[in-house]
Amino acid sequence: MLKKYTRNDGFDEMVDAKGACRSHYRKFQKLFQKMSRSEFDAKRQTVDMNFLRQGITFNVYGDAQGAEKIFPFDLLPRIIPAKEWEHIERGLTQRITALNLFLHDIYHEQKIVKDGIVPQYVVLSGKHFRREFVNFEVPKGIYIHVCGTDLIRDKDGNYLVLEDNGRCPSGVSYVLENRRAMKRAFPGMFESIGVQPVDHYAQELLKCLKFIAPSIVADPTVVLLTPGAYNSAYFEHTYLARQMGIEIVEGRDLFVRDHRVFMRTTKGLQPVHVIYRRIDDDFIDPTVFRKDSMLGVPGLVNAYRAGNVSLANSIGTGIADDKVMYYYVPQMIKYYLDQEPILPNVPTYLASEEADRKYILENLPDLVVKAANESGGYGMLIGPKATKAEIEKFREKIIAEPRNYIAQPMVFLSQHPTYCDGKVEGRHVDLRPFILSGERISIIPGGLTRVALRKGSIVVNSSQGGGSKDTWVLYGDE
Amino acid sequence: MLSRVAHSLYWMARYIERAENIARLVDVNLQLLLDLRELDDVKLAAHWLPIVQATGDEKEFFKFHKRATGKTVTEFLVFQNENPNSIVQVIWQARENARMVRDQLTLELWEELNRLYLFVRSPQARKVWDRSPSEFFQEIRAGSLHLIGIASATLLHDEGWWFVQTGQFLERADKTTRILDVRYESLPERGAPETVSQTDVLEWSAVLRSCSARDAYKTFYGADVHPRLVAEFLLLNDSFPRSVRFCVSELNRAIRRISGVAEGNFCNDAEKLTGRFLAELQFSTVDEIFDLGLHQYLDEAQTKLNNIGEALFRTYISQPFQNPDGEHMVQQEEQQQQSANNSNL
Repeated sequence: MLKKYTRNDGFDEMVDAKGACRSHYRKFQKLFQKMSRSEFDAKRQTVDMNFLRQGITFNVYGDAQGAEKIFPFDLLPRIIPAKEWEHIERGLTQRITALNLFLHDIYHEQKIVKDGIVPQYVVLSGKHFRREFVNFEVPKGIYIHVCGTDLIRDKDGNYLVLEDNGRCPSGVSYVLENRRAMKRAFPGMFESIGVQPVDHYAQELLKCLKFIAPSIVADPTVVLLTPGAYNSAYFEHTYLARQMGIEIVEGRDLFVRDHRVFMRTTKGLQPVHVIYRRIDDDFIDPTVFRKDSMLGVPGLVNAYRAGNVSLANSIGTGIADDKVMYYYVPQMIKYYLDQEPILPNVPTYLASEEADRKYILENLPDLVVKAANESGGYGMLIGPKATKAEIEKFREKIIAEPRNYIAQPMVFLSQHPTYCDGKVEGRHVDLRPFILSGERISIIPGGLTRVALRKGSIVVNSSQGGGSKDTWVLYGDE
Repeated sequence: MLSRVAHSLYWMARYIERAENIARLVDVNLQLLLDLRELDDVKLAAHWLPIVQATGDEKEFFKFHKRATGKTVTEFLVFQNENPNSIVQVIWQARENARMVRDQLTLELWEELNRLYLFVRSPQARKVWDRSPSEFFQEIRAGSLHLIGIASATLLHDEGWWFVQTGQFLERADKTTRILDVRYESLPERGAPETVSQTDVLEWSAVLRSCSARDAYKTFYGADVHPRLVAEFLLLNDSFPRSVRFCVSELNRAIRRISGVAEGNFCNDAEKLTGRFLAELQFSTVDEIFDLGLHQYLDEAQTKLNNIGEALFRTYISQPFQNPDGEHMVQQEEQQQQSANNSNL
C-alpha cells in the first residue's frame, strides 16, 4: 500500500523532497510492505473493535443520553528518530522551566514586568491571572506540573510551538492506549525497530504528585478530581486513576473541615493531601471563584492556602496559556535562562501593538486570527478560508478589543501517510508531548500525534474529522 | 470506598433487581387474564389496580390514566417515561448509576447493562412488545438475570460487592412482599381462608409465578395451591432465594461483611434492625402471621425494610448526593478541560 504513496506539498514525515523514504522510516516501510492488504484490514478492524469494546471513547458534547464515539485511530505510526527527539526534549524542558519561572515571577516580584519585557497591562488584564494568589507560595515552587505543548512542523521540517496547555491538558490516555493497540497489532515490529516505551507515564505522574505533597505527611493520599461522567475526558480520568491506583473523586466526594480536605468514604472521612484536579480554576471552589459551580469543593482554596493540600496544576497557570503571553515566551526564555529558544514560536502578531495591528488589519485574508483565551476553535478566523463577511466581523472585533486577539500566518502542517478509504494518502499532523515537572522534568517519549483525516484539512479536532496515531521515538536514528 | 461509589453500586443493583420484578409481575398477570373468563370493567379494574398498588405508585398512575386496564397498567409499568418505576426508567437509572462508577465495574457488566439499556430505548423494543409482550418480558428478565450473574462472576467480591448484594436483596425482599400482597382483597382480614375457589387458585398460582416460585413451591407442597402455603413459602422458606427470610438473611450477611461485625452483635442501626427482623422471620409461623392479618404483616415488613434502607444510608452515605443528571451540572462538567479532542489549530 505504501508503494503508491506520493509525497505532498509541504513537509512530508516519511518521504523526502526527492521522493525517497527517510532513513528512520525505512525499517518500518520494509516490514509494512510485507503485509498483505487483507492482513492490514483485519488488524485495523480488530483494533477499532477493541477501542469500542473497552470504552476508549469520548463523549459527544450536549448529548446527555450518552452518545460515545471512538477517537479514530490510524495504524501507520509517526516515527521520530532519537536525535530529533532529543532536540524536542531539550526545547520542551527549556520552555517549561521558563514558564514555571515566569509564573513564579508574576505572582511575586513581577521583575519581568518591571524590566519592561512583558507589559504590565497584559498580565493584569489576563483573563486567567489570579490576583488572589499573588505572593502565595505554591508547594515546591512548581506551578505547571502537567503540560501539553502542541508542536507543528513548517515546510522545512522545523518543529514550532503552536500553543502551551498549562491548565488541564488531556489526551495522554490515548497515547498509552494507542501504544497498547499497536503492540497487539504489530508485536514483531517493536522488537526489530526499537521503539522507546511510554507505559511508565502513570508512575511518573504519581511520583510527581507525591513530590508536591505537604511535607508533614509521610504517606500522602493522592486523588484525581474529575468534573464527572459527562465530561469528554472522563474515560481518561478513570484510566489514569486506575493506572496510578488512586481514587477518582468528584467535588461532592470531598469535604473541607478546619482547612483540611477529606473524602467521604464508607469508613468515615479520610484525609486527602494531593489533588490532581481536572477541573478549571473557575469551578474549583464556589466560595472563591464561580459561585454557581456545582463541581467544586467549598473551602478547598483555603485548605490549599493553609498548605494542607496540594493541587496539580496550581491555581493561576491559565495566564501562561494566554495567547498574548505565548508571544512573550521566547523573551521569557532569554530573560530567565539567558538562552536562545530551542523550539521557536510560530510568528505571531499582537493586535494590541499598534504596528502589528495595522499589519493584521491589512492582511486579514492571509492570516489566522485567534482569541487570546479561547480554545476548542472558538473565536478563531482562518483568513484564507473565511468569507468576506466573517473577515469583516473579525475586523470589528479586533478593533474593539485588541488585547484579545493575536494573528499568525497560515502554517501548513507536515503531512504523514495515513490510511483513508482504502488508500494511503498524506494527511496533516501535529504533536502534543506531555511534560511532567516534579522533582525533575520528564517527558514520555513522543506524545499524541493528531491527524486531520479530511483531505487538505489542517483541523486535527476530533469533532471535525480528526484522529490520532501512535508516536514512535526510536532508540537510534534509523 | 467512597460513599458516593457505594451509593451508586447499591442503587444500580436495586434497579437491576427491580426491572426484573416488574417484568415478571406484569408478564404473569397478562398471561393470567387468558385463563380468566367473563371479565367486565369492574372485575378488570379489580385485577389490575392491585398490580399498580404493588409497585407503590397508585397516585402517580391516576395522574396519567383514568382507569386501570391491561393496556393502561402495562403502558404505565413498562414504557411510561413519567413513571420513575417503569421498566424503561428503571433500566435507565441502573445505567446512570453504573455510569457514575464505571471505573469500578468490569467491562462485561457495563457492556451488558448498556446493551439492555439501548434495547429498551430503541424502536425495536416497541416492536417486540407489540408482537409479543411475553417475548419482551423475557428479554428484560434474561437481561437482569444475566447482569446479576455477570456481576457475581466478574466483580471483585470486596466491599463494593457487598453493597451490590445489599441493594439486590433489600429490593428483592421488598418486591416479594408487594407481590404477595396483590391478592389480599380476596382474604379475610384475619386468619387464613377456609375455602378456596377455582379463580383463587389461578390467582395465587400467578402470585407464585410472579416470584418465579411455581416449581420450587411444588417440591415442598405438591400441586395444591393454597394462600396459607403460598404465604408460608414466600415469607418463611429458608432455601428459596426469593423468600423474604432468605433475602433478609443474605442482607444480614452482606451488611456484616461491610462492617466486619459478627452475627449476634451490632454496631449500627442497620445491623440491629436487620438482625431483629431476621430473628422474627426465623421464629415465626405462618398461622401467627395470618392471625395478625397477612396484609397488615406485609405492610409492617415493608416499613421494616424501608427503615433498614434508611439506616444504611445514615451509616454509610450520610450525605445525600445531589442528583447528578441536573442539566446545569452536566453543562459544567462538559465545559471543563483542554481536551485533545477539542483544542484546535
